[in-house]
Amino acid sequence: MAGTGTAHLRDGDALLRVENLVVEFPVGRTGLKVNAVSGISFDVMRGETLGLVGESGCGKSTTGRAVMQLRRPTSGSVLFEGQQLTEMSGDKMREARTRMQMIFQDPISSLNPRRKVRDIVMEPLSIWKRGTKAERDARVDEVLEEVGIDPQRAAESQPHQFSGGQCQRISIARALVLNPSLIICDEPVSALDVSVQAQVLNLLEDLKMRYGLTLVFIAHDLAVVKNVSDRVAVMYLGKICEVAPSDELYRQPAHHYTNVLLDSIPVPDPTVVVESTAIDGEPPSPVLPPSGCRFHTRCPAAQERCSAEEPTLREIASGHFVACHFPVYGGEAPVIVRTASATNN
Amino acid sequence: MSNVIQATTRDISGPLLELTDVKTYFKTNRGLVRAVDGVSFTLERGKSLGIVGESGSGKTVLSRSIMGLLPPKASIRQGSVRFEGREIFHLTRSQMRNIWGKEMAMIFQDPMTSLNPLMKIGKQIAEPLKIHLGMDQKTAWATAERLLQDVRIPEATRRLDQYPHELSGGMRQRVMIAIALACGPTLLFADEPTTALDVTVQAQILDLLNEQRKDRNMSLILVTHDLGVVAGHTDEICVMYGGQLVERAPTKVLFANMKMPYTEALMQSIPKIEDASHSRLLAIGGRPPDLVNPPQGCRFAPRCMYARDKCREEMPPLIETEVAGHFYRCWYPVGSPEYHESRARLNEIPVTVGEAS
Repeated sequence: MAGTGTAHLRDGDALLRVENLVVEFPVGRTGLKVNAVSGISFDVMRGETLGLVGESGCGKSTTGRAVMQLRRPTSGSVLFEGQQLTEMSGDKMREARTRMQMIFQDPISSLNPRRKVRDIVMEPLSIWKRGTKAERDARVDEVLEEVGIDPQRAAESQPHQFSGGQCQRISIARALVLNPSLIICDEPVSALDVSVQAQVLNLLEDLKMRYGLTLVFIAHDLAVVKNVSDRVAVMYLGKICEVAPSDELYRQPAHHYTNVLLDSIPVPDPTVVVESTAIDGEPPSPVLPPSGCRFHTRCPAAQERCSAEEPTLREIASGHFVACHFPVYGGEAPVIVRTASATNN
Repeated sequence: MSNVIQATTRDISGPLLELTDVKTYFKTNRGLVRAVDGVSFTLERGKSLGIVGESGSGKTVLSRSIMGLLPPKASIRQGSVRFEGREIFHLTRSQMRNIWGKEMAMIFQDPMTSLNPLMKIGKQIAEPLKIHLGMDQKTAWATAERLLQDVRIPEATRRLDQYPHELSGGMRQRVMIAIALACGPTLLFADEPTTALDVTVQAQILDLLNEQRKDRNMSLILVTHDLGVVAGHTDEICVMYGGQLVERAPTKVLFANMKMPYTEALMQSIPKIEDASHSRLLAIGGRPPDLVNPPQGCRFAPRCMYARDKCREEMPPLIETEVAGHFYRCWYPVGSPEYHESRARLNEIPVTVGEAS
């Protein structure tokens, strides 16, 4: 799973275009490094939602942060609205961030506990001195109403007086207030209960329609990602394995890793019997990643070639790209059947 | 005192665990929090039970009440918990100590913080073996190694000498399971055992728990918010809401024929992998009840799409259906004429979902 290569990048009006992004962290003074993101490329069109899925440690959050330049990438290019972010100075970058915002996983700890909620949402406007005081007030009220928080209550209360779901709505309001074109959502619903999760996902969809937002949606839950995304990129150990329109990816996964991920989801239906555990073991360390395809150590279809040669992304169906020498379908051969099958009683 | 417990003859024929009207309240500045408010159920030997609910539904407090893990001074406990025929609900902590580990054990949600970071894995597993079963050092370490093999940790001998930080999250959860299994408990609690883990590892851990349950003829109580997790891994399910049991049924019966609108709503709010992308989710509006001042009638009524006046005024009892062992707490359950009438009415006007939680 290698996923180097840029075959899947599209021509045209991409709002965000990331090429060969590499992020490495040094490991103490050992001279070793954590290969968190190893040369990934993707693009997001205006108004599109790109889902980034993978297990913990696959580099999906690091990718989100590197796009925002919260951690400057080791190498690679990040083009946002035609501007190269990696070469931008700190001041310029701060200004660019008014057009790209981020929502984090833990809604409670990402809000300042000592401030009133209304002030938290107001702060970006005050910093950038947008409009008059009255205009700012009106804008904050509008955004709070939009996400379903009573502005009156927001003026009087601090974050701890709201529930987790409401705090996530407040984070969304804060991200929206400057009218950004891109929002990066890093696991925005994984800390929420299912019933509340559905409310927040519906809200994100509504806001996307209303404001014409472009979203990068990072999550580990495949069903959640499918629900919100137009296109999905599956990551493993710092590489992209597969990119496809979301319905296509779930209907016909081509990469063995995608297959394994789909098989591992617990199905809320007791009549479905999954015969065996989908995969053994855990992802290897990103400090010393496996040679060749990084998934070959756990792959049910691995062959000699996989440990020697790194596959690049290639198109197997319209808009469907996979980085695998022997994909589940669309490859020359051999085609390996799924390891675990779901059968009805 | 411990002699008294041991002297009581064990009732091997009856159910392993029997709860009658268990209540756990906490004293707070705002008033009494009714975290668990009258829960009754029984669990047979070797069976697995799933307790499902949202955060704040009382599922974790219930499992800790049964285990006797709650601070005795801050909580008020009423009702009865019979374990192998003995009443254990009002035992002191030192009396419970004889039951913990040997007869009941618990696996917690967060494997990162539940292990002692300064103690080697081997010592953490051997400790209960030495204390509860009186093993000597050598036997205890040998048993610890075998336990690590049971939970399928590769290179068990080397792992005994490692510290928790040297292991991944999934491996640490396996160590937690090994510790819980060490003294051969008859009842194992797993409180959100896979929430902190990745999906691929989650599947492995759930399979491991079930396999160990069958091998050891142990009962398992799986506490989770995820209906997907309990569907494939339990014999019976209890759905909790606002500190009460709102539906209880054998797993297959529940999924085939859910009666409680809350259970149905919970199912519908899960994004399904088969659904097309961008399909609208059916969210449950509002949020769980305040357990200091719970609603007068049905506790789910304020969020229920099908609620009527009676629901808001009168608390429904737990009613048994024609299927044995299937109970629900609702005046107008899924499938009743009133339910269909409400549904038809809701279909005419556009439903507004997604109000502030």
